[in-house]
Amino acid sequence: MNGIWASTLDILTSYGSMISLAGVGIFLIMAVNALVAVYFERKVSAFMQDRLGPMEVGIFGFKGGKKFWGGIGQTIADTVKLLTKEDILPDSADKKLMILAPFIIFIGAFVTFIGVPFSSVLLVSNFNIGIFYIIAMSSVGVVGIILAGWASNNKWSLYGSLRSAAQIISYEIPAGLSLILVVLVAGSLNIHDIVGWQADHRWFIFHSPMAFLAFFVYFISGVAETNRTPFDIPEAESELVAGWMTEYSGFRWALFFLSEYANMLIVCILTAVVFLGGWLSPMAMFNIFPESWLIFDGIWWGAFWIMFKAIFLIFVMMWFRWTFPRLRVDQLMYLCWKVLIPFALVNLVLVSIWELL
Amino acid sequence: MYQNFAPIIIFVTIGLLLAGALFIVQSLISPKFNKGGEKLATYECGEVPEGSAWIKFNIRFYVIALVFIIFDVEVIFLYPWAVVYKSLGLVAFVEMMIFLLILVAGFAYVWVKDDLNWVKLSVKYGKGRYSELAAKEESSP
Repeated sequence: MNGIWASTLDILTSYGSMISLAGVGIFLIMAVNALVAVYFERKVSAFMQDRLGPMEVGIFGFKGGKKFWGGIGQTIADTVKLLTKEDILPDSADKKLMILAPFIIFIGAFVTFIGVPFSSVLLVSNFNIGIFYIIAMSSVGVVGIILAGWASNNKWSLYGSLRSAAQIISYEIPAGLSLILVVLVAGSLNIHDIVGWQADHRWFIFHSPMAFLAFFVYFISGVAETNRTPFDIPEAESELVAGWMTEYSGFRWALFFLSEYANMLIVCILTAVVFLGGWLSPMAMFNIFPESWLIFDGIWWGAFWIMFKAIFLIFVMMWFRWTFPRLRVDQLMYLCWKVLIPFALVNLVLVSIWELL
Repeated sequence: MYQNFAPIIIFVTIGLLLAGALFIVQSLISPKFNKGGEKLATYECGEVPEGSAWIKFNIRFYVIALVFIIFDVEVIFLYPWAVVYKSLGLVAFVEMMIFLLILVAGFAYVWVKDDLNWVKLSVKYGKGRYSELAAKEESSP
């Protein structure tokens, strides 16, 4: 009896420690993602506006000046600055809830990564309900946003959080309806089965005209769910100061920031997995020399392709930011309820007919 | 099968620990003196805050939330249907179309009642302070 207990404990601890290591890894990925994405975003913005962007702060004396890697140390300096900032909670705020809110948002983004694949094997847990889990967990953050806005006892925060909540929950519906198309065709919620279907047939975006439309519906809703421009009215700098983050400073604010960039990565990876073939190489689509393309399908190549697609989509999000003006609240609701949802519903009906034929 | 879900509780713990550790680092190296007074006032663009922010807000947010709940439940119902759709075929299609039809009827009702518009202009303003608006609306084609 003793032996069984010992071995069970052994398995549990080894499994637990493996998962814990994975957790630390995911945390590092989130941190590095935020660091790199912020720098990338600033440089891309600078490029699109014909500026130079950060170009003063180097690492260990290494500075590129006017080149792309000019201010490579800028975001590290920013992180240190955030860590050394004074931590302020306003007198009139509800302090307990205000402390709790960033944790809820951060945990929501962090836990979502369990189901997000970085390659065919670089996946913490291969759920049988993969996609559904990601959708469910990525919407936990709304609770934190409402808490943050309400607890701050600040008018800007309240308006920002309510707008944000209304926006995120509204755009969840077209996003969910578009993902149903994939589930319907692949016949499974599991990430591996969905990419497997795409490996056997073709990338889902090329499945049918409806799937092509669904990709755009999903991506637009994804941009809206991550509160990015053109859908950034919750934290519109010019009207709401900083939205629901107004009263937050120092590291609490940094947690919001971390989760925001993590959500961007989640949406982009999910789009890549579901519509753009996940870890399959783009060359496999063309049927010339099918044998020789197989070298691009290993584990590490898979990780490369999935990140390549995700980073390209993140770049498109940044491109959006400098292309489209911000929408008004009524235009935002119009786009969601009167354009995207009817579109997604009709799409769904058409695809189910397509699959029957 | 449920072992797949064990990482969630581990991740929640690790997330809390790591974020908490960073807060401890911050509390060690960030300035702590001169805290109080004006610095802890609520931010309102430099003015003295006017009353509390815990106020009644726009009713439209509630309407959006209510419509959302109906549609979100619909989406959740659609997922299991989509998984088994291919094996069930025509029966599943007809059944779900009936379900969708009922929902679309509700959606159309909300649409016609103008509850999807942020600014509800087609309400007939009778008396009171909106009577001017009604007059304007009638005069315009």
